[in-house]
Amino acid sequence: MWRDAVLVAGKDLRIEARSRVATNQVLPFAFLVLILFAFALDTDQRALTRAAAGLYWVAVLFSTLLAIQRSAAIESADGARDQLRLSGLDPAGVFLGKVAAVAVQLVALEVLLGAGVVVLYNASIRGVGLVVLTCAAATVGLAAAGTMYGALAAGLKVRETLLPLLLLPVAAPVLLAATKAWQAALDGVPADGAPWLRLLATFAVIYLTLGVLLFGSLLEES
Amino acid sequence: MTAPATSSRTAPGAPASGDGAPASARFRSVPRWVTPALGVGALVASAAAVVQGLVVMGPTTNQGEYSRLLVVHPPVATVSYVAFGVTAAASLLYLIPRTRARAWDQLAGASAEVGVVFTVLTLVTGSIWGHSTWGVWWTWDARLTASALLLALFLGYLALRRVPAEETVRAKRCAVAALIAVVDVPIDHYATSWWRTLHQGSSISLTQPDKHVDSAHAVGLLLGFVAMALAYAWLVTQRYRVERLEARYEEEGLSLALDARKAEGGVTAPTGPSDATGPSDATGTSGDPPVGALSGERP
Repeated sequence: MWRDAVLVAGKDLRIEARSRVATNQVLPFAFLVLILFAFALDTDQRALTRAAAGLYWVAVLFSTLLAIQRSAAIESADGARDQLRLSGLDPAGVFLGKVAAVAVQLVALEVLLGAGVVVLYNASIRGVGLVVLTCAAATVGLAAAGTMYGALAAGLKVRETLLPLLLLPVAAPVLLAATKAWQAALDGVPADGAPWLRLLATFAVIYLTLGVLLFGSLLEES
Repeated sequence: MTAPATSSRTAPGAPASGDGAPASARFRSVPRWVTPALGVGALVASAAAVVQGLVVMGPTTNQGEYSRLLVVHPPVATVSYVAFGVTAAASLLYLIPRTRARAWDQLAGASAEVGVVFTVLTLVTGSIWGHSTWGVWWTWDARLTASALLLALFLGYLALRRVPAEETVRAKRCAVAALIAVVDVPIDHYATSWWRTLHQGSSISLTQPDKHVDSAHAVGLLLGFVAMALAYAWLVTQRYRVERLEARYEEEGLSLALDARKAEGGVTAPTGPSDATGPSDATGTSGDPPVGALSGERP
């Protein structure tokens, strides 16, 4: 399973590195969202600083949608899904590999967006450890839930509109918990973030487990 | 894409499950008397709840006349949870190869639709109650937010059910989506309740029977629960029947139309009668006339 996961993750990341969609489209989009928030709040510096945590995670969530759509599109084009089944890889390994590839992209995006928030919104990070842990847990959770829904919507005629409708409500607790944890890390007491961090970790574990159990049946018949 | 998909579906699927499996035959035929009985029961219980709520129960000191919403709001909310629980259980049974049957998928869809209706009712009645006691129609309270998320989750599920796709593919994806959505419900609950809490606690508890509620209100609440549970069951059996008729229409519609067309052209179709009389389940009451009418005209 783990070897298959590494194989699939390597494949997805190589495709992304060569196509450069993540760097040329997803990343600029995320920065654009940060700038648009500044317009919406009328460059009120204090409001931006106060809302920095929430705005950051909304930007991450929107970018996640794009990354998931990419990740699912790789498998739906040119009958790649059938080839994946023919290859005899463990479905759980395929799932974990795709989650890992999406997570790696999201982490890169989050680092750059974090720098953007610090520079543009004048946010200061107090609890570095909490910020890093929150990012790790939230990213794994988002990637796991997103990969499931990406596979669910793949190959359907209405996938572009269906995916946000399916994924955003499921990801809502991640947005809430990650925002709260970041607020604690940015301008609160970092210790307050602990329960939110636990919630994020629970979310990640639950959706990883669901994916390992259910991804096979999604891959099987479509 | 389609060729390997169909071949793989017949290979592992046919011996293990298939739609003719006993699991589907077991509860495919809801006895005819069940649905009307549920409907009548729901009407009687609702009437009793209305009398109890509007006549017998008096206004309370804290909330005045609005406390009568106790008969409606908690039962509706509870039933919506039950409905999504049924959807999840049916989806799980559909995903397990041994119990896979199309009927589970149909039951999951029927229950989810009724559950969405009850969730909307929960939000509406809660909004009215909130306006009277808190002074605002909506507030970002934990339970309100969680209910709104629940509604969004299952609206997405219903949207997925409506997507045009091959039947088995769609059913399987819907089952997975239902499980993902249901798993999210407790997480939403914890996230939002840590976020903020304004909603009053539970009005009644089993360990302290008369915590906040006098006996008239307890009876009203109980009648409300019974009425809403029966109404839910009635709606689900109706919706389940419609799902089955729709599926049957899709399966037989084309062959019937072809037979009718052949009959017009004077060609006798050898497979026609066996196709038309094939479905022998007794569930279709309103679906039978068109089928019978078409097959009756042919000879």
